[in-house]
Amino acid sequence: MAKQDSKIPEGPVADKWNNHKGKINLVSPANKRLIDVIVVGTGLAGASASATLAELGYNVKTFCFQDSPRRAHSIAAQGGINAAKNYQGDGDSTYRLFYDTIKGGDYRSREANVHRLAEVSTNIIDQCVAQGVPFARDYGGLLDNRSFGGVLVSRTFYAKGQTGQQLLLGAYSAMNRQIGRGKIKMYNRHEMMDVVVVDGKARGIITRNLVNGKIERHGAHAVVIASGGYGNVFFLSTNAMGSNVSASWKIHKKGAHFANPCFTQIHPTCIPVSGDHQSKLTLMSESLRNDGRIWVPKKLEDVKAIREGKLKPTELAEEDRDYYLERRYPAFGNLVPRDVASRAAKERCDAGFGVNKTGEAVYLDFAAAIMRYGKEQAHVKGLDENDAVLVKKLGQTVVRSKYGNLFQMYEKIVDQDPYETPMMIYPAVHYTMGGVWVDYNLMTTIQGCYAIGEANFSDHGANRLGASALMQGLADGYFVLPYTIGDYLADDIRTGPIDTQLPEFEKAEAAVKAQIEGFISNKGKNSVDYYHRKLGKIMWNKCGMSRNAKELKEAIKEIQELREDFYKNVNVPGKADEFNEQLAKAGRVADFLELGELFAKDALERTESCGGHFREESQTPEGEALRDDENFTFVSAWEYKGVPAKAKLHKEELNYEEIEVKTRSYK
Amino acid sequence: MNLTLKVWRQANSQAKGKMETYKMEEVSPDMSFLEMMDVLNEQLMTQGIEPVAFDHDCREGICGMCSMFINGEAHGPDRLVTTCQLHMRKFKDGDTITIEPFRAEAFPVIKDLTVDRSAFDRVQQAGGFVSVNTSGNTQDANAIPIDKHDADKAFDAATCIGCGACVATCKNASAMLFVSAKVSQYALLPQGKVEATDRVLSMVKQMDEEGFGNCTNTGACEVECPKGISLENIARMNREYLSASLKG
Amino acid sequence: MTLTASSIGRKVTMALSGIFLVLFLTQHFSINLLSVFSESLFNQVSHFMGNNPIVQFILQPILIFGVLFHFVMGFVLELKNSKSRGVKYANYKGGTNASWMSRNMIYSGIVILSFLGLHFYDFWVPEMNYKYVEVLPLNPDRYFEELVHKFESPVRVGIYALSFVFLSLHLLHGFASSFQSVGINNKYSKALKSFTTAFSLVVPLGFVFIALFHHLTAF
Repeated sequence: MAKQDSKIPEGPVADKWNNHKGKINLVSPANKRLIDVIVVGTGLAGASASATLAELGYNVKTFCFQDSPRRAHSIAAQGGINAAKNYQGDGDSTYRLFYDTIKGGDYRSREANVHRLAEVSTNIIDQCVAQGVPFARDYGGLLDNRSFGGVLVSRTFYAKGQTGQQLLLGAYSAMNRQIGRGKIKMYNRHEMMDVVVVDGKARGIITRNLVNGKIERHGAHAVVIASGGYGNVFFLSTNAMGSNVSASWKIHKKGAHFANPCFTQIHPTCIPVSGDHQSKLTLMSESLRNDGRIWVPKKLEDVKAIREGKLKPTELAEEDRDYYLERRYPAFGNLVPRDVASRAAKERCDAGFGVNKTGEAVYLDFAAAIMRYGKEQAHVKGLDENDAVLVKKLGQTVVRSKYGNLFQMYEKIVDQDPYETPMMIYPAVHYTMGGVWVDYNLMTTIQGCYAIGEANFSDHGANRLGASALMQGLADGYFVLPYTIGDYLADDIRTGPIDTQLPEFEKAEAAVKAQIEGFISNKGKNSVDYYHRKLGKIMWNKCGMSRNAKELKEAIKEIQELREDFYKNVNVPGKADEFNEQLAKAGRVADFLELGELFAKDALERTESCGGHFREESQTPEGEALRDDENFTFVSAWEYKGVPAKAKLHKEELNYEEIEVKTRSYK
Repeated sequence: MNLTLKVWRQANSQAKGKMETYKMEEVSPDMSFLEMMDVLNEQLMTQGIEPVAFDHDCREGICGMCSMFINGEAHGPDRLVTTCQLHMRKFKDGDTITIEPFRAEAFPVIKDLTVDRSAFDRVQQAGGFVSVNTSGNTQDANAIPIDKHDADKAFDAATCIGCGACVATCKNASAMLFVSAKVSQYALLPQGKVEATDRVLSMVKQMDEEGFGNCTNTGACEVECPKGISLENIARMNREYLSASLKG
Repeated sequence: MTLTASSIGRKVTMALSGIFLVLFLTQHFSINLLSVFSESLFNQVSHFMGNNPIVQFILQPILIFGVLFHFVMGFVLELKNSKSRGVKYANYKGGTNASWMSRNMIYSGIVILSFLGLHFYDFWVPEMNYKYVEVLPLNPDRYFEELVHKFESPVRVGIYALSFVFLSLHLLHGFASSFQSVGINNKYSKALKSFTTAFSLVVPLGFVFIALFHHLTAF
C-alpha cells in the first residue's frame, strides 16, 4: 500500500534545508488551533516536539508509560551533545560535523538529513542555554567543550556526566510551560497499544491506562512516534527496563516500513555482567576513554592468575600488558569509534584474555592519567613532582573532578575502588541506529505518521558517533518536525475533530482487547521474563557483535519457535482492568519476539560488514570490517507482510553527492 | 543470604493495605535491591501469588522512578543512591527487611509499592521553566558569560531526579528540597532571573495546594537525597520567596 | 497577608518570633545573672523593667504576643504536618538522618510552654497582682527577696532545671534553624551554628546555675 519516497529536496546539500523550509506549506496560527497532534514518548525528541508544536499553536496530546514525562531514558545519557559551534577554534564547522557523522555512520546514512542535523546543531545549544540548562563552563564564564570518541575536534557540550538529564529536564520544562498553558494534555502511565489508520492516514491511537487498565481512543490529525530504540530486544542492555519497541512495531504492522533493524550499537564501556540475576547493564560514559587506557594481559598465565585472584592487575608490569587499541590503531588509540572499540574487546576476550570470572571483561586503567594530571598539578602548584604519593593524590583529585560521579557509580555496583585498581568494562547493547523508515520530512510510509529521535533510522547510518544521539533527538523535536509537519497538516485545516467512533477505531480497539484477553486467559507456566531472557540470549549470541549466516539462520528459527511457545505457555497473572506490570511487559515482549526475527533477517540479508554490523564473512585479512559499497549502499526498509519472515525489502539507494565514500580507517 | 521480607501489599488506591511476610533464600550479595525484588516476584508467581508492583525504569540511579522505603529509610540504608543502586551486600544473612511505599498525602498509593507522584509535575508546571520559545532564534549561547561557581551551583541543584525521597523521608512530608532545587537552579542563572519573582510564588503556592507538609529544617531530606541536593537550596528559596513576597 | 498563608511565610514568622524570643531570653538571662553578683544592682534593674512604661505597656504586650504567636503557630504547623502523612510508616528510622531535637520540637515546646505556665504563676501573676490589682506601694528592694524565696523549694528547682534542659534542646535546633528559615545559609553558617549551639547550652544551663546558686546559698 505505502509508497516509499525519501522526498529529498533538490539543490546542493548545504542549501537543501533552507530551500525546503522556504517552500514548505504553512498552517496559519488561527488554523493550528483546529488541529490535534499526538506525540508518543517524552524523551528528548518527544518532549521537545510536544513543546514546540504546542508553542506553535497545535493542540498536543502527549503520552508516556512512565509516571512522569521526566523519566524517559534520554535522562540517562551521560557524555554530551555535539554542536558545530567551533567555540574552541579548532577548525570545526557544520561541514566537518556533517562529514564526521557520515563517516562515523560508515556511509550508510542519508546525506541530506545529516547535513540538516549539523546545521541545526548550533541552535540547540543556544536554545538550551536560554532555557537554563546548566552546561559546564570555564573560568571565563563561557561554555566548555570536550572531545569525544571518533573525532578530532572538541565540539561536545556537557553537564558533568549528566548531560542527558539536563537536556531532558530542559525539554521537560518547556513542556511543562505548555501543559500549564493548557496547550499540551499530558497522559502519564499510558501505553500506546495501536495506531489507527483511516483512509491511509494516521488518525489516532488506542492506549491503555496502566493504572486502571482502561482502553482509550484518542483521535488526532497526525501521530508522532518518539518512543526511542529497541535495544531491549537483547534483554540485557543499557536501556531502561520499560524501553520497548511496541509503538514503532505497531505502526510497522500498520504500514510503516522498518529500516535497518540490524544496525545496533554496542557500547564499549559498560560494567560487566555479574550473574544470572542481572536485569540490566550500566553504561559508563565514553568520555572515560579520554583518560583511561584499555588493556588486557599479554600472557594467558597472567590472565589465569588474575581470575583466580592470585595476581592483582596493578602488579602486572608495563611490558606484560597489551594496550590493544593503541597497538592496533595508533592514530586514534583508545578513542576509536564505539563499534571498533567493542569488537576489539570481544576479539581479546574470545581469545581468552578476559580478566573477570566470566572471561568477559577488559581493563580501563586510569593510573597513567592520574600520574600525568598529578605531575601537572604539582608543577602548577610548585610542589615536588617526584613525590609519587603526593602526585597520585593530586592526580586523583583531578580525575575525581572530571569523572567523580562515574567512579562512584562503578564502586557502588562492583564494590571496587577505581582510583586504586583499574576498572573492568565490557561492551553492551546501547543504541539502535535502525528504526522506522522516514522521509526527509520525518514522515513514515503511513501518511500523517511521523517518527523522530532514536525511533527513526535516518541520521546515524550503521554506527552512531558519541554525543550525537542527544543532538538528533533535540534537532528532530525542536527544529525539524515542527516545520515539516506543517506541510502535511496544511491540508487538514478543514477536517475538523477526528471522530473516534469510526469503524477503524472500533476495530483497532477490539484487536487490542482481544490480545490482552488472550494473555490473561492463557494461564501458562512460564513468566514473561523467561521468554525475554531467552530471546535476549539468542540475540546476543547470534546477532550480537559479530554475525554469520549460519547463526543468523539458527536465530531466525529459534526466535520463531520461542514466539510460538510464548503464545502457548506464557503466564500473565492478575487482571486486565488493574495496574498489571506483567501484562504490560507481555505486550512488549510479544513485539520484541517479532522484531527480533526481522532483525536477524535483515542482518542475514546484509552480507557486508559496516558500522555496528559485522559479518564474519566480510572482513580484511587483518580482521577489520570490510564494507561492500557496490552492493550495499542502500537502506533496507522492510514492509510488514503478516509475519516477519515474509517482510518485503524496499531499498533506498544512498547517493553521496557531497562526500566521497571511503574506507573508514582509524589506524 | 537468606532474608525475611515484610512488604506492603495494597490492591489499589481504595483498598486497605497490610504488611505481608515473604521468605527469600540464596540471595546473591551482588544483586541490586530491585533484582532481588525481581527474584521475589518470580518466586511469588510460581506460588500463584500476584507479584509485588513497584516503580522502576532506568535502574542506574537517574530516572528517579524507583521509590521504596526500606528498613525505615527512603532508598534504604546506603547513602547517595537510589533503590536500584542499592546492593544486597549492604544487608546481612538472616536480616528482616521492611519495604513500604513512599508515604505522603500528596503521594497516594496506586498499588503495593507504587505511588502517584504527579504532584511534583504540577509544581513544575506552575513555574519550573524559563519562558523562552523553542524557536532556536535566541541569542548565541556564549552571549552571556556565567560565573563558573554559579553555573556549578545551578548544576548541582539541577541534578535533582524528582524521586520524592525528600518527601518520603521528611517527618512532615515536606517537598521543600525538591521545589527549592528547581527554584535555585533558575535563580542562579541570568536566564532564569528574569521571572524569578513569579516563579517562586507560583511554585510554592502549588506546593502548598498539593498538601505537602511544612519544612522544619530537620535536614533529613539532604541526608537521604540520592543526589545530595543541599539544604542551601531551601535557604535560597526562602530568601527568594521573602523578597518576592515583599516585592508584591 | 500572604506571609502567614503560605508554608514558607509561616516558617519565616515562626523563625522571626523565635529569634525575638531568643533576644528576650538573652536580656532575661542577663538580668537574672546580676542577682548572682549584686543584690542591689539586680533590684535596680528589675525595678526599672517593672515600672518603665515603655517596657510595661509596649514591650511586654509584644512579648506576650510573640510567645502566644510562636506556640499557636507551632501547633498549627504540627497539626498540618502530621496530616501530611495520613498513613504512617511501620518502620521509620528518623534518628538516622535527623537529630532528636529537630524531630521533637513540639514536645520540647510543650514542656517549655507548661513551664511558662508555672513561671507566670510564680512571678508574673504575683507581680501583676502587686502592681495593678492591689496597687501596693512601690518597693524597689523587693525583687531579690522574692527571687530567692521562690528557689527555696528543691522540687521547684528540680522542675525549673528540667524545663531548662528542654529549652536547651529546643534551642539547639530552633535557634540555628531560624536562620535557615529566613534564608541565611552561607559560608558563615558554620560559625553561626557553633555560636547558636554554644548559646543554646550556656544560657539555659546558666538559668539552672542561677536557680541552684540561690537554692544553695539561701540557707
